[in-house]
Amino acid sequence: MSFDAVAQQPKLLYLLQGVAAFAAVVSLVLLALHRGPVRRRAAALILLAPALALLTIGLLLPGLRTLALSFTDNGGDAWVGLDNYVWMFTDHRALVALRNTVAWVVLVPLTSTAVGLLYAAAVARSRFRTFALSLVLTPMAISFVGAGVVWKFVYAYRPAEAGQVGLLNQLVVAIGGEPRQWLVDPPWNVLFLVVAMVWTQTGFAAVLLAGAIRAVPAELTEAARLDGASPGQVLRRITVPSIRPTLLVVLLAQAVATFKAFDIVKTMTGGQFDTGVLAHEMYDQAFRYGETGRGAALAVLLFLLVTPFVAHQVRARRRTG
Amino acid sequence: MRFGARLALAVITLAVTATACGTPRDSGSPSRTTADCAPYARYGKHPGTRVTVYAENRDREADLFEETWADFADCTGIDVRYEGDGEFEAQIQVRVDGGSAPDVAFFPQPGLLERFARAGKLKPVSPGVATLAKQGWSADWNSYATVDGTLYGTPLVANVKSFVWYSPTFFRDKGLSVPRTWSELMAVTEKVAASGVKPWCAGVESAEATGWPVTDWIEDVLLRQQGTDVYDQWVAHEIPFDDPRVIQAMNTVGSILKNDRYANGGFGPARSMASISFQEAGTPVLSGDCAMHRQASFYADMWPKGTEIGPDKDVHVFLLPGADPASRPVLGGGVFTAAFADRPEVRAFQEYLATADFANARMRKGPYVSANRGVDPANAATEVDRLSIRLLQDPRTQFRFDGSDLMPASVGAGTFWKGAVDWIGGASTRQVAGSIERSWPRS
Repeated sequence: MSFDAVAQQPKLLYLLQGVAAFAAVVSLVLLALHRGPVRRRAAALILLAPALALLTIGLLLPGLRTLALSFTDNGGDAWVGLDNYVWMFTDHRALVALRNTVAWVVLVPLTSTAVGLLYAAAVARSRFRTFALSLVLTPMAISFVGAGVVWKFVYAYRPAEAGQVGLLNQLVVAIGGEPRQWLVDPPWNVLFLVVAMVWTQTGFAAVLLAGAIRAVPAELTEAARLDGASPGQVLRRITVPSIRPTLLVVLLAQAVATFKAFDIVKTMTGGQFDTGVLAHEMYDQAFRYGETGRGAALAVLLFLLVTPFVAHQVRARRRTG
Repeated sequence: MRFGARLALAVITLAVTATACGTPRDSGSPSRTTADCAPYARYGKHPGTRVTVYAENRDREADLFEETWADFADCTGIDVRYEGDGEFEAQIQVRVDGGSAPDVAFFPQPGLLERFARAGKLKPVSPGVATLAKQGWSADWNSYATVDGTLYGTPLVANVKSFVWYSPTFFRDKGLSVPRTWSELMAVTEKVAASGVKPWCAGVESAEATGWPVTDWIEDVLLRQQGTDVYDQWVAHEIPFDDPRVIQAMNTVGSILKNDRYANGGFGPARSMASISFQEAGTPVLSGDCAMHRQASFYADMWPKGTEIGPDKDVHVFLLPGADPASRPVLGGGVFTAAFADRPEVRAFQEYLATADFANARMRKGPYVSANRGVDPANAATEVDRLSIRLLQDPRTQFRFDGSDLMPASVGAGTFWKGAVDWIGGASTRQVAGSIERSWPRS
């Protein structure tokens, strides 16, 4: 494939225009601030104006439109009141997605943070810390779609008489068991999807927590150890209390990421076998089934569910920052 | 050299190379004008115009399409820009809502086409296309792209779904003959099962579309047991989804697919089909681990490389039989073209796609089936394509379109597929059919 500069010329021109427009806005803002005496409040407003305008166009208006759409029918034309919300809490599929989302949001942050914490505590003061951390961080470098494909292979099913292609069933067969269809039987299949998500998230937790653990004064843990505390006690009594703010930030960030989980479900099961989650169900309803109203209602619900987490995170960050 | 100078030089070199690389393609096109332009004269000249095409076909299928209309594009001067997208069904909505609708889209489901037609987004076909549609296709085929009496498009691709793939050698070794009636089919099934081989192979895993092979089975059997009228009423929801006649068809399918003695050959118990992709499900036919695999004409592409298809080759097909040898119920699917724009060049392109000339030219390039009356089966690339075209052209054929593609998407691509999977997993027929009926949109 060659890059044809001539054929790409219109796009390059747009790019140039965009950069020029951006530079112009920034210069205007700076110029306005530079000239004459401007009060602090006005200065802040001028500096914020571009960001506020973009937020309005990119976030606020679409959000309001989604809210309006959630009260309309499938084509987005006729007003149907609360029908879509009633549907959401009565339809089997939507309820399953809601149930699974709750399971995900409880399991993913807790598991990945717990595993990450143990891993970080184990390697934080070791000589191979960098190597060990980069090892556990590698899955994060893979996209969720990639992770989904990888884990789909791990769970692949073949009958007992045929050769296994899935790692997990190969292990089961090796210890003399019958191969199973891991992704087919609810509710356990949800757990197998959660494992894939945890796999991608643990590295993030481990790296952040390892940083926090190293910030705990070494004298403290040394003194505890001299007093005869076991490694477990050191972790429980000294390390965890000292890194509590970081733990909270990690947990909340993971929870918010988990609410948005979509790619893993889409690549591994497509929401079949009762494995759907809210974000995936929203996509199916809005785009695959043309049920715009229902999709919008699910989006509003997702927004309402995420809000407390985000709000808490902002407050926590303000306190620590 | 200082770093800045080196960087500048690198950028210049890169720019020069990029331009140089771009040139051969431009200088290459004039040599293509050797094509005979006489057949394209009736579409007129549209120099400097562009038609964008959006469809789900990628890779080889996309290349074959582009090769087929290359002469048309050169002779008319229309720059046909093709874009294939595996997420077509979801993204077409985004494209249209976002104001960047393609000029022409290839819809794999009439239900989706109808949604855009009802929303007023699609343009009705030109009188020229309407005439070609009437000439080329049966009233049945044209009805799929007709919404409230207005024709919005023409069929582009067709496929026959009611085929059973089998191994002629296996049949010969076991002393079986190709069944011509449903009872003969069940006799063959029982005979194979008695010999210790599971007669049927089936896999229904297909990512988000998991379950569709089962819905095809149910549609096929309903069409055979109750005929076209009841089938049409069921698809249009004039009778409930869980009508006793539908339950009966489902139970018949269940007696094969949910029966551990009959399925799933080479892959374990019947419920294993949920984990086996429909593409690989048929391969045990080759090893003799199952005798039959009911799958569409396009399954020809999914056999392992080197598999030969024909009456005395590795695999071949027979039509899933009806009640008696004379009946020819055929379930099929297809792709339809429709336009979001109404410019002369778009009309010319749509007109070309609606001709038998296009279908014949496309068939000469590789596997392809069209339901156009004007296609010549002799052009078909494979034995199965030839058989499909003969079936589609046979006036005795009772053709019906894949029901799940005609139902509202939330049922046809949602609860029906999902329900089919639950059903294979062990849920009762009545329970599954009832929940699909309750999921039918009210509006």
